Formats: sequence, structure tokens, C-alpha cells
Amino acid sequence: MSSPIVKLILQRLALGVLLLLAVSILIFVGTEILPGDVAQSILGQSATPQSLANLREQLGLDDPAYVRYFRWLGGLLTGDLGNALTSGLPIASAISGRLANTLFLAATAAVIAVPLAILLGLLAVRYRNGPIDKAISAFALASTSFPEFFIGYLLVYFFAVKWQIFPAISTVFDGMSFWERLQAVALPATALTLVVLAHMMRMTRAAILNVMQSAYIETAELKGLRPLEVIRKHAFPNAIAPVVNVVMLNLAYLIVGVVVVEVIFVYPGMGQYLVDHVTKRDVPVVQAVGLIFAAVYIILNIVADIAAIVANPRLRHPK
Amino acid sequence: MADKPAKESKSGRLLDIRNLRIEATVYPPGEAPRNVTLVDDVSLTLERGKVLGLIGESGAGKSTIGLSSMGYGRGGVRITGGEVILNGRDILKGGRSGIRKIRGREVCYVAQSAAAAFNPAHQLMDQVVEAALLHGTARRAEAEKRAVTLFRKLGLPDPDNIGRRYPHQVSGGQLQRVMTAMALCSEPDLIVFDEPTTALDVTTQIDVLAAIRDAIRDTGVAALYITHDLAVVAQVADEIMVLRHGKLVEWGGTRQIIKEPRQQYTNALVSVHEIEHQEKKPTDHPFLSVKNVTASYGNGQVKVLKNVSVDIHPGQTLAVVGESGSGKSTLARAITGLLPPMEGSITFGGKELSNALSGRSKEDLRQLQMVYQMADVAMNPRQPVATIIGRPLEFYFGMRGKERDRRVAELLDKIEMGKGFADRYPAELSGGQKQRVCIARALAARPKLIICDEVTSALDPLVANGILKLLLGLQAEEDVAYLFITHDLATVKSIADSIAVMYRGEIVRYGPKSEVLAPPFDPYTDLLLSSVPEMEIGWLDKAIASRRMESAGN
Repeated sequence: MSSPIVKLILQRLALGVLLLLAVSILIFVGTEILPGDVAQSILGQSATPQSLANLREQLGLDDPAYVRYFRWLGGLLTGDLGNALTSGLPIASAISGRLANTLFLAATAAVIAVPLAILLGLLAVRYRNGPIDKAISAFALASTSFPEFFIGYLLVYFFAVKWQIFPAISTVFDGMSFWERLQAVALPATALTLVVLAHMMRMTRAAILNVMQSAYIETAELKGLRPLEVIRKHAFPNAIAPVVNVVMLNLAYLIVGVVVVEVIFVYPGMGQYLVDHVTKRDVPVVQAVGLIFAAVYIILNIVADIAAIVANPRLRHPK
Repeated sequence: MADKPAKESKSGRLLDIRNLRIEATVYPPGEAPRNVTLVDDVSLTLERGKVLGLIGESGAGKSTIGLSSMGYGRGGVRITGGEVILNGRDILKGGRSGIRKIRGREVCYVAQSAAAAFNPAHQLMDQVVEAALLHGTARRAEAEKRAVTLFRKLGLPDPDNIGRRYPHQVSGGQLQRVMTAMALCSEPDLIVFDEPTTALDVTTQIDVLAAIRDAIRDTGVAALYITHDLAVVAQVADEIMVLRHGKLVEWGGTRQIIKEPRQQYTNALVSVHEIEHQEKKPTDHPFLSVKNVTASYGNGQVKVLKNVSVDIHPGQTLAVVGESGSGKSTLARAITGLLPPMEGSITFGGKELSNALSGRSKEDLRQLQMVYQMADVAMNPRQPVATIIGRPLEFYFGMRGKERDRRVAELLDKIEMGKGFADRYPAELSGGQKQRVCIARALAARPKLIICDEVTSALDPLVANGILKLLLGLQAEEDVAYLFITHDLATVKSIADSIAVMYRGEIVRYGPKSEVLAPPFDPYTDLLLSSVPEMEIGWLDKAIASRRMESAGN
């Protein structure tokens, strides 16, 4: 690998770390200015001023904000996310299982949705403006336009209740085999696939159509290549950067934005965990989950950036 | 294959186009779509191993006819009538898969801009052998060997390894040769060359032209050679067909067309460049002096102008010539302040101009106006002509209402366009008319100097000629000076009073036209002058034989 590309990638990584640091400050400040008092919410309305003061001191809530920020940051860097206020248990161990569940569901949905979206995008370009293109677009747009919960209940109605193929509730527990887990997440993964499909498909279609105007597409056609070959071999490689970008945004959504689907299928993932603790004003949990979600976004965007850099022959092979 | 007659026979009719008719549907804004006829009843025949030149202005249907031999209609163009008989069968009746079997196997295409026609994502070799592999005419190893042989024949540097490069790693002239190698690699019967040297510098064009001609001669492939430049086609073609507005004007042997044209239009094409221009002597007081200017991009990393000094005299034309990348346009950017020089000074009317654009007064800005190569992107497509021309009147002179309209009408008159054009939008104008509007806009500011950056390069020769005549006329009337940037030496002869020849950011020759264009020449000027195609059979061999230096593009 040549040096400019290494330099660009290192730059992106350094920027990512910096961004993560900035986000950690934002999250801390954000939760800081939220109304409500943790000690109050733990002890309830009937707490005496003395017990409130004791609890505050015990939790370190009386220290200045920057001290608490650095204590928190130091903990993060050593893998200690702190304890949940409500249960008093370490957040890290509570999260790890749920994070794995969320990633499993997201990965399952992504493995179906990404190739399918790109394939449909290619087909839409191949038969552009014809009935096949219109049908693909109509299906994809319709599936995106329905709210997640609607699709979710529709799937439950048909696949779980009427035909009884898949379970309506996605219970997962330790010791399940891979196959059992897959069966458990079949419906939520399908719902998520339908939600993210259209965005990626439309973007793939648009990015490739943009490239189809190029003179080198004509060159390929004049060599006698079949239309689908022209698209796959000559158009798609030049449309990778925008496609990867939108794919990564959707992957981030699959990890971060699946609260509704998790609730419908009672799936023990990160989203549910976050919502639970927001209602309980459990600030350390909210902070930890927020930071993990931010990290997911930043990492996936860095991956998209790096993929775009690596896909560019001008950067890969300088003069 | 059964449908491909023996190609061993080196004689006989290869291509027979009969009564070809090609149409397209246009969608003019605010009107109902309508059909236009691009090619109307054109017939031609081509013998094996012969070269037919197709010549005409843009819109003459040259490329459209060329591509019809591959059954291809660019951008919604439809072949609606006639026959295209290749190797004894009508390819238009073969259906889509039949046509795909012909493309890249029996007929190959060389595009105008190889830089755009190569896929930036793939190595050159993969693209060069693609058609041969697709049609099964060779195995990969065999095809690559053939490609390397062709690279060598076409004079490409490092023929064994150039195939591993990506398009952006190879210069424009070299890419054009690689594209020719790509066309030859599947050993077709016919190659369509679509303006293959038009986008190149003159000094590069001559090498590529010679390489293409030798390759055609040595492989015995037949060719349709499309160009708007008669002098170029005269070097390669056996016969020439002149087209205009999609119709045949004249078809004959190369010698007959250039020496004894029978049609008036052909005659106009042959004798296009001759404008007599009496050189004016430099005055003692140039109004604009560029002294020792050095300019660079990227904070001094890439020096594009090195110690350049020129003077411009009132009402006179300084032509700046050189290849692409020689710094011509950068000189214009330095003078206008768009690229502030690192060193040196620019004096205007006795006082020094601020190097940076932000340090110049509105009056300074008014005195220097620009006209660009691409007239259509230099105008706001959503403004009518009157607004475009009226803008400098409002901005510099505060003219409004009737006064402004009167002046706009005056300016339209000066550029030989009637008042009716005031309400038109740029999209409704032809290329030459757009450039005229840009000239009027520059003139509206009543500047002392207009910088013309390749203003005729994108135009057809006859139209370009009209623009040059207009510029000369305006100079006589308005006493405006021009800094005329061009790579075309014929244009320079027609318009310049003094000439600066640039090479890699430096001025290698500078002085009054009569001196610059008189021997003895420095090597670069000699190369430049001897590279301009002349309308004479055999010029190419003479020019190659007498050259003293390699062009920068190699």
C-alpha cells in the first residue's frame, strides 16, 4: 500500500477518536442539564433531606461536573462503565449480553438486506423506467412507508399466528444453538430488512444511473457486453463510494434505531434497555448506551470513508 | 463462425450503408416533443482495408453515421430506415444479440476522449483484452501478448508493463494510442475512429495520428475516420465524404476533395483559415505590463508560471500559445487576480495592481474582462440574454430601465445579433451565438482588455472564423486590447499583433508576430509550427521526418 492512502486512513481514524471524545463531552453535558435529580428519583417523593444528601455523597453527585466527567471517562477507558443507579449492578456486564443480541439481529438483517438492496438496485438500472424498475421501486417504497410496528404486527399475524412458522416473541437465552437463535430473530430481521431496503436500493440505483452517463459505459456497450455485465463490471465499481455510505448509515440504524421492533418482538436488545433506563432516570446507563451508539455511528462512517478511499484507484495507485 | 464470411479475402466490399435514415425525438422546453432527422438518406460503401474520412461540422451526423455501423444509437437516437450491410448481411436485422456479436469483434470504436472512454476503476490491460475474451477470439495469454505487440507498434513507452496501469496514470495522448490498441486487439474488420486526435495538443496529435495511420496500414483494417479537420483526415483517408446537416454534400478521393472541391460548401471548409490581419507595431507605452510573475498552486508546491514578463499595448492583441499545461490560462488567472502571483508585479495604466483580487477596486475589475472557452457553462442558463448582457451595465455603470435596454440593443447589434435575441435563453442559442453573447457581456463593461481563453476552440471552423472576424472588427471600433490564449497557431496568425510562446510555465519566445513566426526558430516553436496539420497529402511524413524535439505529451 502506498503512503498517501495510509496517511488518509490514519487521518480518518484519528478524527474518529477525536469525534468520540467530543461526543462523550456532549453526552455528559446533555445528561447534566436534564431536569430531575437522580437521588430524588431513586428514593422517591418521601425521602428526607438527610437521606438525599447521604445518597448524593455516596454517588459522588456533589463533586464538580468536570471531576465527575473525568472519573467517568477514566472508567470508560479501563472498561468500567460504572454501576446502574437503579440496580447497583455493573453496567458493562448487563450491556454485553444485550449488545451481542442487538448485533446478532442487526447482522442477520444486514446479511439479507444489503445484498438484496444492491441486487435490486442493479436490476432497476438494467430495466430502468420499465415495468420491472417501477415494480421494484414501488415495493421498496411501500415497505419503507409502512411504520415499523405495522410491518411487525403484520408479520406476527401471518407468520406466527396464522401459519405458525416463526415464533411471535423473539426470546433468546444462553445455550441456544445458532439455528435456534436465527429462527427466533427471523421475524424482527425481516421487519428490519423491509424498513432499510428501499433507501439502499434507491441510492444504489441513483449512484449507478449517474455513472451510466459516462463515456466508458458506451465503450463497454460498443464492445458487445450484455447490459447487466456492463452495469456489474463497468458501472458498479465506480458507484461503490456513495453506495457504501448509505449502506453504513443503514447498518448504523439497524444497531441503534431498532427500539420499536425490539419492543414488538420482546427482544432483549440495547434499544429496550436504553428506553427502560431513560424512564428510570438512570443517568450512567443512558450515558454508557449513548456513547456506545455514538461509537457505532462513528466507526461505521469511518468504515464507509475508508472504503471510499480504497475504492478510488486514483488514491490507491497514485501517478 | 458461420455468419462471419472469410476475412482472409483482403479485397471486396466490407461495409455498404444504403439510404440510412436516423431520427431522434427532442423535447424542447414548453413545446410538444417532436422528431428530428439527424441523418437523411446517406449511402456509402467501404472496401476492405480502405479508410473513408467523414467530415463536417458538429451536427452534420458524422458520429451518428459512424456508430450506425455498429448498430448503436447514442442517447435515444433511432435508426429508422435503410440498411447497414457489413460482411454481406444487414446487421440491423440481426436483433440485439446479433448486434452484440458484431460489436467489439467485427467493428471496434475509438472515441474522441480516451481519457473519458476508459473505465477509471480497471487496469488498462483488462479493458484492452476484454472484447477479445468476450467474443472468444483469443485466450487471455494470447490476447495480452497481442496487446503488448500493439502497444509496441503504437509507440507506447514500456509496452510490457503499461497494461498494468490505470487510466489516470497515463497521459491523454498515450491513452488515445491504448484505445487504438484496444480496438485492434480483437482483430476487427472495421474501426470507427471518432475524432481520435481532436482533444489532443497539436504536438501530441501528430504522433498519435502517425501511430494510428501506421497501425491501419500494417494491420489492413478498414476504417471510418470521423473528424472536423480536413487537414487531419487528408493524412489518413483514401476517400473523403463531406456531410452537412445529416446530408451528403460531396464524396470523392482525398486529392480531389482538398484540391478540386466541387461543392461550394467543401470549398468553404478547405479555405477556412485565411483571415488577413495587418500587424500593428508595439507602442512605447504598454498599458498592462506583467513583470517577472511567478505563480503556483498548492502553496508553492507546483510552480505553473516561472518568471513571466509580457506587455500589452492599447488596441492590440497579444496571443499566448502553448500546449495544455503550459501555463497559458494560469497567466490569465494571475493577471485577473484569481490566482495571486507569488512574485512579480502587474502594472496597469502606470500604477501597480494589487496581486490579490480582494485588493482591487471595482474600476480595476471593470477594465479587465474575460471570455471563456465553454460559452454555455459561462452563462446562467436561467437568465435571458438581456439580463446576461445587462448585468455588467447595472453593476459597473448603474444603468437601469430604458437606458440599459438601449445599450443592450446596441451591444447585440455590435455582435451581429438582432434585438430579437434579447429575450432568448442560452439553451436556445447555437454555440457561436453563445460565444457572441459572452463577448457582448465582456464588452458591456467597456474594458481596456478582454482576456479570451480558447474562445474558438470548442467551435466549428467556419463558426470560429466568424468569431475571429467579429473580434477583429470590435477591436477596430472600440480600441480594446485582447490577450488571446489559444493552442491553435492558425488562429494566432489571423488575430495577433504580438505572440508569446509558452512551454512548461516559461515564455520561450516573445515578440511581434512577424518576428516570432520568422526563422530561425527555437526548437519548441519549431515543433509547434511544424505540428500544425497542413492540407496536403504526405504532409505527415514530411513533418515527422523534419522534427527536432519530442513533444511534452510523450
